[in-house]
Amino acid sequence: MSTAAVMSEITALQQGLHSCETCGLLSRGAGGADEARCPRCDEELEFRKKTSIQRTWAFLIAAAICYIPANLLPVLTTTTAAGSDSDTIMQGVVLLWSPTGWPLSLIVLFASIMIPSAKILALAYLLVTTRRGSVENRRQRIRMYRMVEFIGRWSMVDVFVDTFTAALVQLQPLMWVKPAAGLFFFAAVVVLTMLAVESFDPRLIWDASGAQVAQHA
Amino acid sequence: MRAVRKWLSMPENEPATPAIPNARAVTRRRTPISLVWVIPILAAIVGAWVAVTRVLSEGPKITIVLDSAEGLEAGKTVISYKGVAIGTITRIRLSDDHLRVLAVAQMEPRTEDFLVDDSTFWVVRPRISGANVTGLGTLISGAYIGAEIGHSTIHKTDFVALETPPVVTGGTTGRVFILKTSDLGSLDTGTPLFYRRLQVGEVASYELDPDGNTLTVRIFVRAPYDKYVTPKTHFWQASGIDLSLGASGLSVQTQSLLSILIGGVAFETPAGQPMLAEAAPNTVFTLFDTHAAALAPPSVGPQSYQLVFNESVRGLEVGAPVEFRGIPIGEVTGIRAQVKLKNFEFSVPVTIQLDPQRLGVKVFNLKSGVDVEMLRRRLIDSLVAHGVRAQLRTGNLLTGAALVAFDFFPGSPPVTIDWSQYPPRLPTIPGQLEETEANVVEIINKINRLPLKQIADNLNKSLADLDLTLQSTRATMLSAHGTLDRANGLIGSNSTQVQQLDSTLQEVSRAARSIRVLTDYLDRHPEALIRGKPGAPK
Repeated sequence: MSTAAVMSEITALQQGLHSCETCGLLSRGAGGADEARCPRCDEELEFRKKTSIQRTWAFLIAAAICYIPANLLPVLTTTTAAGSDSDTIMQGVVLLWSPTGWPLSLIVLFASIMIPSAKILALAYLLVTTRRGSVENRRQRIRMYRMVEFIGRWSMVDVFVDTFTAALVQLQPLMWVKPAAGLFFFAAVVVLTMLAVESFDPRLIWDASGAQVAQHA
Repeated sequence: MRAVRKWLSMPENEPATPAIPNARAVTRRRTPISLVWVIPILAAIVGAWVAVTRVLSEGPKITIVLDSAEGLEAGKTVISYKGVAIGTITRIRLSDDHLRVLAVAQMEPRTEDFLVDDSTFWVVRPRISGANVTGLGTLISGAYIGAEIGHSTIHKTDFVALETPPVVTGGTTGRVFILKTSDLGSLDTGTPLFYRRLQVGEVASYELDPDGNTLTVRIFVRAPYDKYVTPKTHFWQASGIDLSLGASGLSVQTQSLLSILIGGVAFETPAGQPMLAEAAPNTVFTLFDTHAAALAPPSVGPQSYQLVFNESVRGLEVGAPVEFRGIPIGEVTGIRAQVKLKNFEFSVPVTIQLDPQRLGVKVFNLKSGVDVEMLRRRLIDSLVAHGVRAQLRTGNLLTGAALVAFDFFPGSPPVTIDWSQYPPRLPTIPGQLEETEANVVEIINKINRLPLKQIADNLNKSLADLDLTLQSTRATMLSAHGTLDRANGLIGSNSTQVQQLDSTLQEVSRAARSIRVLTDYLDRHPEALIRGKPGAPK
């Protein structure tokens, strides 16, 4: 779609209209007020998510910080009669890599290493371009956003697998598995990226001028 | 169309449509910076805390030089002290000259105490020796590195691992002594050490001395038994079963079942010694081969003597005991034959070593300056003058082992010892063996002298007579046989005589019955004897 066509579109923001996210009632913005409430259901109304970019940045930075220990610290400690083994995610990938087990290894690699980092990078890209009021590739960016939003929750699978393993493999004293510190950081990465995605307002991509966006940053 | 156009133009033309209600305005104080920034700050703090604790929990790094990394695995092999992991091998690589293995270990925090100059490290692998099975745990978990804490204060991070695990670990108290031996026997590291059959220590290590002739065996005696080791203590090899079959018979010496299987070292302080001070650590002792050798008084200055026997020395061996009335005083050191072609005199010079001290004569317990040699000669001279002679004896009838015995033979021809020749020759008298032999020969000679032919002739004649006698006896027997047959016919059941005898006996029986009737009657009627039977016709 051409830029001109986008420019001609009408938005609720331009019209000063709110659509209640809860009850769907259309209402006119209360100009000058700090906060607007839906006249019917008293839901908080906003043209764009409040401080969306700032909040997204905050969650994203927190996720990025947690991403480092999540990958450096071991996620699982396996204790067998032969001794105790603590493996990080990457060690797990290497461990699983075998002529027959490589698909599983790839799944772990994608779900646990590539997707979280891709999410962080994608969100960072979206934030930067939105902040700059870029009008380039907006459809690709919104598609990227949807993909990040959709895929985000699946990263939790890794956390679930590990916690299930820890809960089921308790053959003490022969063998037992315990979650290690890395797993908590990994779970934090997943949750924080999900929160970041939630805080990001994709409508900002479509707000044409940088000035309008800055108003909600 | 109009309606559509109107709908389309509506927002532009009528910005404030009355149908759309106004949102309710709420006033609230707003902070310019979102509270959400607490989250990344929190994440940063937690991350930093984790990083700091990780760094702080890292102990020092050390390098251990090993001969081989067999069984070791980087990241898995632990350094263990008293079963507690105090470090982990993180990297294993070859030394630059490719001769040794360098293992880099990450120690646990607060293990600096271990990193001193005299701390030791060694690889623990499963070790199954006779005495003990150690490191069984490593069969499953793989080898690990054992550590022993040192006492030095000099800090060190590069260590060379011991080749064999030390016997004494973990602060076991006791003392190490050194034994010198020429033969290791069945000793090995860990071989038990016995004191009065009680296991009190073990062999810690052994090594061949640089001269290649002796071995240095280090033993560890655990406290409190180490105090029983005195400078006069004797050590001997209690290796397995000490079976000796000598002139003194079969002797079996063992310490314990364990030592039968794997050998051992025993020690003992000879009785009768005054209370002695404890031996200092690393005192050097001699390791004797047998208990007897250990407890025998040290043979100080044994002297060689020669004995010449004119008899068979069968059963006499080098090493055979030389006894004085049963007390061992020396041993045979050489046997050879000597023949004089002039008169075909065959003799066997036997070299012996005598230790007169073992006789209890304290020839050496003298002030210095006294000619010990002269005293010794005087002693031997007086003994010989009193009739002491050497004799070959059979020590063991079963094995035929012989020994040289000294004893008093009063009435032996006097002999003087020629001290000028070496070795001096001591007088001998024929041994019991020879005497026995002579007796046997005499008996055989007597037997030879018997008139055997005459005896045999007489015997032959007697036998002929006997034959005749036997023939006449046979005829007599035949006639006797006929007589017996006749007698048999006489008393057979069908013979007339028997029948007659039978009828006679019946008659007698009847007669007896009538006599009984008569006597009964007479009993009742005694008058009948006079008057006759009443009623009977007169």
